Amino acid sequence: MKKLPFSLIAGGLITGALLVAALLSRVWTPVDPTAMNILNRLKAPGEAGLLGADQIGRDVLSIIMAGAWTSLGIAVTATLLGGAIGTLVGVSAAAKGGAFERGTMAINGVLFSFPPILSAILLGALMGPGALTSITAIGVFMIPVFARVTRGAALQIWSRDFVQAARMAGKGPALITLQHVIPNISAQIIVQLAIQTGLGILSEAGLSFLGLGVAPPTPSWGRMLADAQTFLSAAPHLVLAPGLAIAAAVLGLNLLGDGLRDLTDPRRRQAS
Amino acid sequence: MMLSVQDLRVSFAREYGDPVEVIHGISVDLEKGETLGIVGESGSGKSVLSLATMGLLPRTARASGKILLDGEDILTMSERQLCRVRGRKIGMIFQEPMTALNPSMRVGAQIAEGLRLNRALSRRDARAEALRLLEMVQIPRAAERIDSFPHEMSGGQRQRVGIAIALALEPELLIADEPTTALDVTVQAEVLGILDELVSELGISLVLISHDLGVIARIADRTLVMYRGDEMEQGETEQVLRRPSHEYTRKLISALPGRVRASLEMSDG
Amino acid sequence: MLALKRLARQIGGLGIVLAIASLVIFLLIEAAPGDPASIILGTSASPDTVAALRTDLGLDRPLLLRYLSWIGGVFTGDLGNSYTYDTPVSALIANRLAVTAPLTLIATLLSIVISLPLGVWAANRPNGPVDTLASLFSQVGIAVPNFWIGLLLILGVALGLGWLTPGGFPGWDAGFWPALEALILPSIALAVPQSAVLTRVTRAAVIEVTNEDFIRTARAKGMSRTRALWRHAVPNALLPVVTMLGLQIPFLISGAVLVENVFTLPGIGTLAYQALSQRDLIVVQNVVLMFTLIVMVVNVIVDALYAVLDPRLRGRT
Repeated sequence: MKKLPFSLIAGGLITGALLVAALLSRVWTPVDPTAMNILNRLKAPGEAGLLGADQIGRDVLSIIMAGAWTSLGIAVTATLLGGAIGTLVGVSAAAKGGAFERGTMAINGVLFSFPPILSAILLGALMGPGALTSITAIGVFMIPVFARVTRGAALQIWSRDFVQAARMAGKGPALITLQHVIPNISAQIIVQLAIQTGLGILSEAGLSFLGLGVAPPTPSWGRMLADAQTFLSAAPHLVLAPGLAIAAAVLGLNLLGDGLRDLTDPRRRQAS
Repeated sequence: MMLSVQDLRVSFAREYGDPVEVIHGISVDLEKGETLGIVGESGSGKSVLSLATMGLLPRTARASGKILLDGEDILTMSERQLCRVRGRKIGMIFQEPMTALNPSMRVGAQIAEGLRLNRALSRRDARAEALRLLEMVQIPRAAERIDSFPHEMSGGQRQRVGIAIALALEPELLIADEPTTALDVTVQAEVLGILDELVSELGISLVLISHDLGVIARIADRTLVMYRGDEMEQGETEQVLRRPSHEYTRKLISALPGRVRASLEMSDG
Repeated sequence: MLALKRLARQIGGLGIVLAIASLVIFLLIEAAPGDPASIILGTSASPDTVAALRTDLGLDRPLLLRYLSWIGGVFTGDLGNSYTYDTPVSALIANRLAVTAPLTLIATLLSIVISLPLGVWAANRPNGPVDTLASLFSQVGIAVPNFWIGLLLILGVALGLGWLTPGGFPGWDAGFWPALEALILPSIALAVPQSAVLTRVTRAAVIEVTNEDFIRTARAKGMSRTRALWRHAVPNALLPVVTMLGLQIPFLISGAVLVENVFTLPGIGTLAYQALSQRDLIVVQNVVLMFTLIVMVVNVIVDALYAVLDPRLRGRT
């Protein structure tokens, strides 16, 4: 008798809703998210649209929906890129060992000391703010995260009997990595992808809050909060909606990752 | 009667389904100064029996029946009362000397801890007493070893520390759960010897739990044979080992190495 | 001896890593558009004066030489002059560090004070009410952006209740309490996500240790559950907690940049951010290097702490 973990269901639902909002915003939003209507300026929720209007009268709900696309787009791209490079680094370090492993892991340590905001400040100096800066800054930070996780997982697989058997059969490290290691650590990679995408959304929001992220008029949750700061007492609703959107998106992805881990972790499987 | 277990049943709650009973009504008595051997394979419920006697069953466990220590029932005691019984009246030695000691605490402090807790000794007095205990369990150069961490000692030495901890408060009853199983064969005899000697010297009642009939044969006065939570038989150790009345006991004996079996038969003659 | 050797090797490794990191930072800033001389002089300056200033600043020297002179300056404390403020960068950084250092320190202390008892309490009764509350807190706390918490604190506490200051920093010259007061809300905003992470790690670590045999040994001595928990379980659970504390440093620094921005605190984060928008690249370059240095030094300290916490790791090479 096996129940699906609660976190998987809750995380799946929230992430699903986020995905639907993001995709839907490409074809439909209640109002054009860039349309200004100065008459609606700073109007409260209900008075103009479901979530009110911002300082230049744009519909908050529509910007939130469109912002989901931006946020998710940048976070997913950065995570996939960083994840792919990091995984490559991790599994090859595990496969090769020796000086190569020590070297790559040392470089990893360097990358890990560049949190997204720091790299974004550096990259911002080089190429100015924008989606590319955000993706690179976040992606670079994902590399050591994935490298560390996949190396550890891959090393465990390398110590198993069936890998030894494959080596005896004359298979090279590349083939073993492809045929035996990657399929066996894919569950851990997927779990990390979910959790790190959540972290990516959080970082993206921080970057656009500082003005280092996507440029206006592209809608973004972080910049909505930066704008809202100016009108904190006049229009508190402008602070609530984007913050809740970020928190819900990250919570959803974290829960999804936890749920997937509970589902796939062999130790948990034995316990139940 | 020092210890009297009467119709003890223990069951564990499960996440799904009904609780599972793992001990199905065990009764056994132990006189002062006597050594009781409990023998059985893993899963026979012998460790659960010892934890129940310490009042250390996990939360999910339910116990019925009685465990009388000097006439007082362990199973109905409050946690506060149990804390006064543990250490002072019952000491316990665990199977794994590797993990039974706190890795980040010096062994002297771990022995002294029980003394300071229960007897309100000063730091200096507790340390002196810990040193005496280390010498008692024959740790060489005890004055130096008192400040060692567990990982700096051998398995046999760690188990001696375990014995010192259990005996620190001079309990009336000592429970030793597979005290020599995790040790090298050469060290087993030494540790068992120390245990046997101290127990008879201090007049302590001992419950010795083991899957190894050879160990039981060496020091137990009486023996209880358990299988899957049931009593197979009990009686004088000699009686049980030489004239086993139960098929399961016969199987255990025939599984012994020839050398040990021979020694059983020799003492027969 | 072994421990010393290990430390020496770590510091050596740190040097190499820092050399690589500083070279990357230097090259990125070099490649950035914008000539420092024209930034300092403004757009109206004549080409001759710009060229003269370039020579003055040593910008016409070869790349390698300029890198080496920068690194030499890092060791002697001479980081050059800010392009926009015309003050030494080192003085600028020291000035701003007087805000950022206390901010991150208070936030870290706060997060430990919150998460350690909460995590231990939750672990004491898994799936009990406190545990449920703690896991709710850690799930939500990790997901909520700290700059949003900052905004909510300004809205609710400073503007709503009228307690504490909504932003700005009077400087330590204004007295200890007014300066500290300005740091309280920012520290809370910074501490919430940190304590969420730490609560989770503490809970997991303590639960793992409570299943160890030596906890049973302690209980067999007559020790109460609570006492065994604090005396034996918690000290042995600190290793993963300290590891996480070290791993969180990059996030703490990122968070500080954001939170300083929300509360308009004149800290290092604000300095870096402002320098970037004013293209004061020499400041950006040095601040980024300093952050990197802090992250790496903290990692070495965390490694050294391991040996203190776990005697089994002492003298291991």
